[in-house]
Amino acid sequence: MSADYTSDEMMTIAAARSLRDGAVCFVGIGLPSAVANLARLTHAPDIVLVYESGTIGSRPAVLPLSIGDGELAVTATAVVSLPEIFAYWLQAGRIDVGFLGAAQIDRFGNLNSTVIGPYGHPSTRLPGAGGAPEIAAHARETYVVLKQNPRTFVQALDFRTSAGFMEGAGSRAASGAPGAGPTQVITDLGILRPHPETRELEFRERYQGVTLEQARAATGWPLALADRVDLVAPPTAAELAALRELHARTRAAHSRPVLPCPQTTSGGAP
Amino acid sequence: MRFLSLRDAIATYVRDGQTIALEGFTHLIPYAAGHEIIRQGRKDLHLVRMTPDLIYDQMIGAGCARALTFSWGGNPGVGSLHRMRDAVEHGWPCPLELHEHSHAGMAAAYSAGAARLPFGMLRGYLGTDLDRVNPQIRHVACPYTGQLLATVPALNPDVTVLHAQKADRHGNILLAGIIGAQKEAALAAGTLLVTVEERVEELEAPMNAVVIPGFAVAAVAVVPGGAHPSYAHGYYARDNAFCRAWDEIARTREGFLGWLDTRVRGSRDHAEFLETLREGAAR
Repeated sequence: MSADYTSDEMMTIAAARSLRDGAVCFVGIGLPSAVANLARLTHAPDIVLVYESGTIGSRPAVLPLSIGDGELAVTATAVVSLPEIFAYWLQAGRIDVGFLGAAQIDRFGNLNSTVIGPYGHPSTRLPGAGGAPEIAAHARETYVVLKQNPRTFVQALDFRTSAGFMEGAGSRAASGAPGAGPTQVITDLGILRPHPETRELEFRERYQGVTLEQARAATGWPLALADRVDLVAPPTAAELAALRELHARTRAAHSRPVLPCPQTTSGGAP
Repeated sequence: MRFLSLRDAIATYVRDGQTIALEGFTHLIPYAAGHEIIRQGRKDLHLVRMTPDLIYDQMIGAGCARALTFSWGGNPGVGSLHRMRDAVEHGWPCPLELHEHSHAGMAAAYSAGAARLPFGMLRGYLGTDLDRVNPQIRHVACPYTGQLLATVPALNPDVTVLHAQKADRHGNILLAGIIGAQKEAALAAGTLLVTVEERVEELEAPMNAVVIPGFAVAAVAVVPGGAHPSYAHGYYARDNAFCRAWDEIARTREGFLGWLDTRVRGSRDHAEFLETLREGAAR
């Protein structure tokens, strides 16, 4: 890969490109949030970002560190409660794209963000489900972003936190999940999409400098390749600049300590 | 409703062994109240919160908790909660029983609790392993359509503690900004305690703002800065730098205990705690 950009930058930019302008996106914290905001700052100014903290239509200038940073509320069209965001907005089917990350993914796009090892005696206790199970079920489609390596792309999940295509062909539809499931998985090597019938993820697009051997070696199951694996266009100068400026603004904003002072606590009312 | 010092409010209403929710979704998290519970050495608590973060990490590491009902336990944007992980993975300082949900499930459980219904209902947990490890997640057939829906038992904490912006002299409470499931957690509880940034004569709340009438509140304590390092909209921002620093502080048992003894147990109240942080920042 060229030294002009990192594979993380390529992954973020490739994912951002896939979001259409005007889409209503349910966004998790971290990489999904970077992706959705990059899309908003480049080709999709009218994308609607919904954060699970209940902010609808947020337009943050810097990336939030937490899912509930004040920046998300101040720049939002509406701020609603958690019961409302999950019941009236997500469960009611008003979300076009749900963006998910995970610690593990399997060949059918099922995700684990709960534990590594057995549930009762985990070697690593991960944060857990959060909004993911219902985002995975109810968003019209979900995009998954995570790095591709043998620890993340596994033969069998240690725990299924969120359903993708479950056991493959037909099983998701039988579960009653309204959404279409993970229609694409964007990694640091390329993009995978489900096979129309078997629903197994296929490696469809690769980044410049990534070989098919590399993709196979990074996958814990025998990776299915599309008939033709296309090459993803490298980042443009404008995309890279927008992403780097966003990260620079974010770093500066989050490194300042904020202590409530006696002088200011009686200050501005909400 | 009565106005009490935070020390007296916790001493009066929080007992060992209770189920207690210090609710807040990133915003308005009642840190000062959590610290006071640690100072008073409460134990065997069943802690409830959708997003246990640094304050529950501290309470778990301090040995206050025997169980945790939650849906996402991490340091948002930073990583793991090391004290919570140590309790789950190694039983230190005591084993922690987990009752694990998704956010949508807990939101439904609080809503049912506030309405004093026996269970909450959602189209959720589809195709996940969560209902295998949490036997409280069950299913019911809709009596009208036959559709299968997930159920969760109502959450009714013995005590819910919130932090809010303001209370008026009658103890009516105003919350503004990201409000999470605070209203539901508040009204689901047997006893509601609230810490506030300030006490005012009149709330001057816009119509339809989130106001909890004083008659639903047991006690109010005025604790400026009581949500730090979380934030109080209109008063101070989230201390993201502290949340990042926590990762290192909590990484080892020794580092954590040193911090806890110096900062929390070593301070008389929240004002003194904030003062030690300010001195640390100035150095």
